[in-house]
Amino acid sequence: MDPVLLVASIMVSATPILLAAIGEMVVEKSGVLNLGVEGMMITGAVMGFAIAVTTGSPVLGFLGAAVASAVLSLSFGLLTQYLLSNQVATGLGLTLVGLGLSALIGSNYEGQRAPSLAKLDIPGLGDIPVLGPMVFAHDFVVYLSLALVAAVWAFLKYTRAGLILRAVGEDHESAHALGYKVVRVRMLAIAFGGACAGLGGAYVSLVRVPQWTEGMTAGAGWIALAIVVFASWRPLGVLIGAYLFGGVTVIQLNLQAAGTTVPVELLSMSPYLITIIVLVIISARGAQGAPGSLGRPFHAAS
Amino acid sequence: MIRLEKRPNPSRLWTGLTPILAVLLTMVVGGVMFALLGKPPLEAIRTIFWDPLFHPQFAGYSRPQLLVKAGPLILIAIGLSVGFRAGIWNIGAEGQYIMGAVCGAAVGLAFYPAETVLLFPLMVIAGALGGWAWAMIPAVLKTRFGTNEILVSLMLVYVAENILASASAGWLRNPEGMGFPGSRNFKQWAAVYNDELVSNTGMHWGVVAAFIAVIAAYVLMARHIQGFNIRLTGEAPRAAKFSGVSPARIIFLCLGISGALAGMAGLFEVTGPAGQISIDFGSGYGFTAIIVAFLGRLNPFGILLAGLLMALTYIGGELAQLMLGLPGASIQLFQGMLLFFLLATDVFTNYRIRLTGREVA
Repeated sequence: MDPVLLVASIMVSATPILLAAIGEMVVEKSGVLNLGVEGMMITGAVMGFAIAVTTGSPVLGFLGAAVASAVLSLSFGLLTQYLLSNQVATGLGLTLVGLGLSALIGSNYEGQRAPSLAKLDIPGLGDIPVLGPMVFAHDFVVYLSLALVAAVWAFLKYTRAGLILRAVGEDHESAHALGYKVVRVRMLAIAFGGACAGLGGAYVSLVRVPQWTEGMTAGAGWIALAIVVFASWRPLGVLIGAYLFGGVTVIQLNLQAAGTTVPVELLSMSPYLITIIVLVIISARGAQGAPGSLGRPFHAAS
Repeated sequence: MIRLEKRPNPSRLWTGLTPILAVLLTMVVGGVMFALLGKPPLEAIRTIFWDPLFHPQFAGYSRPQLLVKAGPLILIAIGLSVGFRAGIWNIGAEGQYIMGAVCGAAVGLAFYPAETVLLFPLMVIAGALGGWAWAMIPAVLKTRFGTNEILVSLMLVYVAENILASASAGWLRNPEGMGFPGSRNFKQWAAVYNDELVSNTGMHWGVVAAFIAVIAAYVLMARHIQGFNIRLTGEAPRAAKFSGVSPARIIFLCLGISGALAGMAGLFEVTGPAGQISIDFGSGYGFTAIIVAFLGRLNPFGILLAGLLMALTYIGGELAQLMLGLPGASIQLFQGMLLFFLLATDVFTNYRIRLTGREVA
């Protein structure tokens, strides 16, 4: 296997999960556990595909996917933040709604091909031998995802707004007492998480597979959730986790294509098995960094 | 201004009313959705909720289907509800259902073509054990390492799906099937075929098991000390610990019950309505059962009703697909919306809505 191609395909394979996971990390940092990532991703996948096919523009597809998933995630926000529903149950509901919605919208688009997304041609960088085709010959979304990780890192670490977001997630009672709008901060975080998941989903249907099939995200949203735990709620950890997972997926697919003696089913289940193993190792060490108010409903009594 | 005021106790009235309200809201929004799809909304709703039961032409066929579809949903949802009561989120019932079917079928097929009455009960036990064992993985990982059971049980669904694929294409494949994927057909093997017990009712052993599970769950939750411990763990984990309830034991108990019931449901399905192990033998019940559990308010008798209602949407949905050309996926969305509306209206159960004058913040 050509190592240049391997690295390039790992980057492509990791991007959807990276996008979804960095969004979910921000949501969880604000103290909300949104288990609906899979539903938002699949909605992003179908909306991105539908818009890109209709308009012929993949960029519009990505934009539409982000908006659609953000809107969908706000329904989760409405239920959990204003109607104070259980976050776990509502997140599951969001996934079920998303799977149904996407199957409904997507039925008209099966068998079509997505317009291809041009690779960014950065003069000079792409011509560097080995390194060029490895990391500098991708579409803009790959770089967007990396920039997003850096931006989230800087936002949480250096900005006042990031500090407020973390405060709301650590201890919503105190944040409320200090006068911060807990619900408003969380709604913004939820919408951001939705938009990121939507971008990730659209990357699956527009770049990774370039077509629409029902249920095509195949658990990527759940893996994104696992990666947030793996990352101990740190942006760099999310990046490492997503790329590790992308690596496993690509290697597994390559082994399948090469026709090894290992059964295909065992290879196909390996990403999920490895996710479980990683979760176990992380948990055994004692999951650190979980925001204090994660998953707890907030009701301003006064 | 609208203000929410927490009720000291959940309102009993609203606990019963919210599912009805959620169904009505789903019908209204679903009707709008059908209208957007260019289908007559009232006719669509009638086709889904009324025709399967009362249409002179179709009811004869679809009424028995009600129990066939409701059986596995109720059986799985009862198990899930026990865990949900304790705050243990087993989301992987689909995987436990698949593993139950695979294990039970494998044990049965090992004895092919034996014709003994002992074989079917043995398969049921194997199915229950298969589902139980699959649920023990998240249980062990949670109690030993504190691993999140939601993510682990869900990952295991994808693992189980791959095991099912390998079983149906490989080690459980019908040797006389001319290379086609899929196991031997249980319908052609009298000793193990899970046939209707009373003809034209849809009542098979899985439905009987579902009814028994409803009663057993009621007794457990309302009359038995373990049921009390389960509820206590869910409502006040710290109090439960102080009163000597072992969290690990509750986790094993709850995941074990739901895994075993889901596994049994899988075995009953594969030996009955589905007839063989194949890549997509009537799956999806494991996820829909989550909706059933919530819609039934985690109450055994509520789940019984919710399971029947959800079965109705399956059958009505198929009918609407046939009669009105409604896309199959719209029913899936319909079911998802039902859960969403239920969670939204639940605010009335736990909170009082107060209209107040504008306050000084």
